[in-house]
Amino acid sequence: MTDQTLPAATAGEPIEHSARARRIPLLVWIAIGWLVAMVIIALFAEALAPYRYTAPDLRNRLAPPGHALHWLGTDELGRDVLSRLFISIQISLLIAFGASLISAALGTILGFLAAYFRGFIEQVVLMLADFQASMPFLILALSVLAFFGTSLVLLVCLMGLFGWERYARIARGLAISANAQGYAAAVGQLGASPFRIYLRHVLPNIASTLIVMMTLVFPEVILLESALSFLGLGVQPPVTSLGNMVGYGREYITRAPWIMLAPAVTIVLTTLAVSILGDHLRDKLDPTLR
Amino acid sequence: MARFLLLRIVRALVTIVLVVTFAFVVLRLSGDPAQIILGPEAPPEAIAAFRKAWGLDDPIWLQYLNYFGAIAQGELGRSMRDGRSAIVLVTERIPLTLALTVPALILKLGIGIPAGIYAALHRGSLADRIVMALAVAGFTVPSFVLGLTLVLVFAVQLGWLPSGGQDSWRHAILPILTLGIGGAAVLARFTRSAMLEVLGQPYIRAASAKGVPWHQVIWKHALPNAAIPTVTIVGFMVGTLIAGAVVVESVFSWPGVGRLLVVAVANRDLAVVQCILLLVAATMVVSNLIVDFLYGFLDPRLRSGAETAKAET
Repeated sequence: MTDQTLPAATAGEPIEHSARARRIPLLVWIAIGWLVAMVIIALFAEALAPYRYTAPDLRNRLAPPGHALHWLGTDELGRDVLSRLFISIQISLLIAFGASLISAALGTILGFLAAYFRGFIEQVVLMLADFQASMPFLILALSVLAFFGTSLVLLVCLMGLFGWERYARIARGLAISANAQGYAAAVGQLGASPFRIYLRHVLPNIASTLIVMMTLVFPEVILLESALSFLGLGVQPPVTSLGNMVGYGREYITRAPWIMLAPAVTIVLTTLAVSILGDHLRDKLDPTLR
Repeated sequence: MARFLLLRIVRALVTIVLVVTFAFVVLRLSGDPAQIILGPEAPPEAIAAFRKAWGLDDPIWLQYLNYFGAIAQGELGRSMRDGRSAIVLVTERIPLTLALTVPALILKLGIGIPAGIYAALHRGSLADRIVMALAVAGFTVPSFVLGLTLVLVFAVQLGWLPSGGQDSWRHAILPILTLGIGGAAVLARFTRSAMLEVLGQPYIRAASAKGVPWHQVIWKHALPNAAIPTVTIVGFMVGTLIAGAVVVESVFSWPGVGRLLVVAVANRDLAVVQCILLLVAATMVVSNLIVDFLYGFLDPRLRSGAETAKAET
């Protein structure tokens, strides 16, 4: 369900403004098309994959792409690269979506708390945000993985900490300016609780900016997950993800480069598509974000 | 100015305290440190001795304070692989990592900044579009994909360069290129937007309106102002000199700090991981401080003490 928010937001929101805004560039349409395809593959990966992603075909090991039975070839155990690619897309997108939602929610809540309480709590939130922004996230993530070991749930939660400081800063800034506007004070006067004001009135007003932020952070989440999995410290076999496939595929880079190229190209095109869409959304919805 | 710098130093100290706290909390949350460090088969007497030696039976706040004390004295534990001091293990890898990251940084600055300035000055031109397209590519292509593609082309197909290891300077070329290209793209994009923002300011129009030659407007007015945001990102790049090559070192089997970190994480060699974490935090903090000093130097408003607006953000 959450998977649909991105395409829906593009198709629906920016359209009404003017004749010029109504024209969506071809490049953005291609990006949307690619992302829709990715989401469909992620949702129906098991049904779409021609084979089980762990099923070996020992007679056709390291078959090159274009093979009659395996369109994208097979890996060293004769497992179908296309099927593995579909499952990898599913896992990578699942982690990236889960993590993006967690970090957006966490960041927004902390930003709202900072805007509501101001003073000490605001300083603490801003200090944590500074800290988060000044440390390379990969190093923090690796240390946590070293201490706790790897699991899918931990991975999603860990990645959910990525980028929260950007949502927090924006949510805080926007909520403070929303408080200065009449509508928040008006519903407050009418007796709405702070919780209700922030959730029902402030949040919908700043949601477009937060969604734009999400499309800007999302590619970085995909890249981070793929980097961790590439290093062998993210998703663990037999479960597979895009970075994981590249990581194991590189052992066969001389003999069977297609094992690694298929997921590599998918990562690049997906992050590129989200970036194009994000830049477009930012220009249309909120040019103030850089 | 003094207040501005004092604030920054306080913030640097806070960051260090937060990192140390992070390491402490993570270590304690992950279970019994004695069990983790000594391994599951350790005899109970050894665990008891370890608990006593590390003060694990003390109250938690005392442990926390002792932890700071130990770190201040450089007591960062020993690698459980070979029992060597974690600090020695890490520091002997630093030159190897710097051999990749310093040339890569020069490459980033040498390509990224001029390309960004050129693109901004020729906005909308073909060169600008090429720079921007490459910059987007540099942002969306992960370093391991770029690195493996370079291996595929220059090592596997053409056979010009080795694909991994560190036996000669030729082994360093591909990793340096991988690090440099991606960073140059990011820097070009950043410099371009900083420059465009400055060029849109009224004082640029005022300067050219009163007849200042255009090249002088660029050199005297635009570039120094565009340098301020660019310095931030360059500072971040300097801060990641030690730990910025984790993925690339793994791609090219280059035995630097990043490779050590990955192996240590995989083996759960906590002393080494913690040592690298603190080292990275220290370099980040120091480079951030340098950036702040440079800010004071570049931005006259900070020099004269009108820093409140800056400190707010």
